[in-house]
Amino acid sequence: MTLNDIRKVLDAEVIAGNERLDKEIGYAFAADLLSDVLAIARRGADGALLITGNITLQVIYTADVVDLGAILFVRGKRPTESMIQLANQMQIPLLMTSYIMFETCGRLYQRGLKGCVEKAGDGSD
Amino acid sequence: MDQTEERYPFHKTFHVEGGDFIHAGSISSQVKRVLKEEGFPKNVIRRMSIAIFEAEMNVICYARWGILTLVVFPDFIKVAVDDEGAGIHDVNQAMREGFSTASEKIRELGFGAGMGLSNIKKVTDEMVLTSVVNQGTHLEFMVNVNPVRNSCEALNPAGINLKCNPATSGTAEQHDIISNGVKDGAEK
Repeated sequence: MTLNDIRKVLDAEVIAGNERLDKEIGYAFAADLLSDVLAIARRGADGALLITGNITLQVIYTADVVDLGAILFVRGKRPTESMIQLANQMQIPLLMTSYIMFETCGRLYQRGLKGCVEKAGDGSD
Repeated sequence: MDQTEERYPFHKTFHVEGGDFIHAGSISSQVKRVLKEEGFPKNVIRRMSIAIFEAEMNVICYARWGILTLVVFPDFIKVAVDDEGAGIHDVNQAMREGFSTASEKIRELGFGAGMGLSNIKKVTDEMVLTSVVNQGTHLEFMVNVNPVRNSCEALNPAGINLKCNPATSGTAEQHDIISNGVKDGAEK
């Protein structure tokens, strides 16, 4: 699934990285807690999509340090100008959808996008 | 903000300002780039970046200021974080997943869930945490680039003095490092 497919499925707005919409996204996970993002990413989340309602600069830094593929903001939460600038600088695409997190995850899962990790404590910790 | 010495081992130091939530995460991001330029394996860079992110957040959230020192050897990477602040009353309790004293502000940023120190422990090969209440906290951790026979070899493969932070007198040798364990502050 490409970022452009994700955009269409969720009627999403591209906030940053318009030129990277052909990027393939194989895995995703949803979290508002950045420590959860870091905990999931320790098993590897290269190129994954982060689905979040967290609108802080730290989301961008987090995505950068663990090499996430893109960030999708849910519930119509719009990233700030400084977040967009940082994302552009770090070449991280940002999308925004009005769907709530549950709907967002459900729609993407239904179309074949899989989670990075299925369960906590499944032996890879 | 940082200074680089000769390659291998080289070190960089970063000042971390307590309460500076705007820049939280930026040191981790800078270190990632340094390690990437040095050509370290991706998983090593990821583990180090995650640990540094959490360590940086801890200083910003709970201390007045701190110094983060990165020491890069060809075979392992080590970080020491010394802060001045309230310190930690019970180091073992702080290590427990879910234990947190975070304020509302910290939680709004998506941190303060009581996962930070245990995340650091899980992504690193060695970790030591000591604290003196009302003075500060010393945290150090390391990630091996390649598997090594034992931690002493990893910490000091060539017998080089590991004293990495001119601001503190602590050395890796002096800390009696337990493999991925926590040593309660002897000074408490």
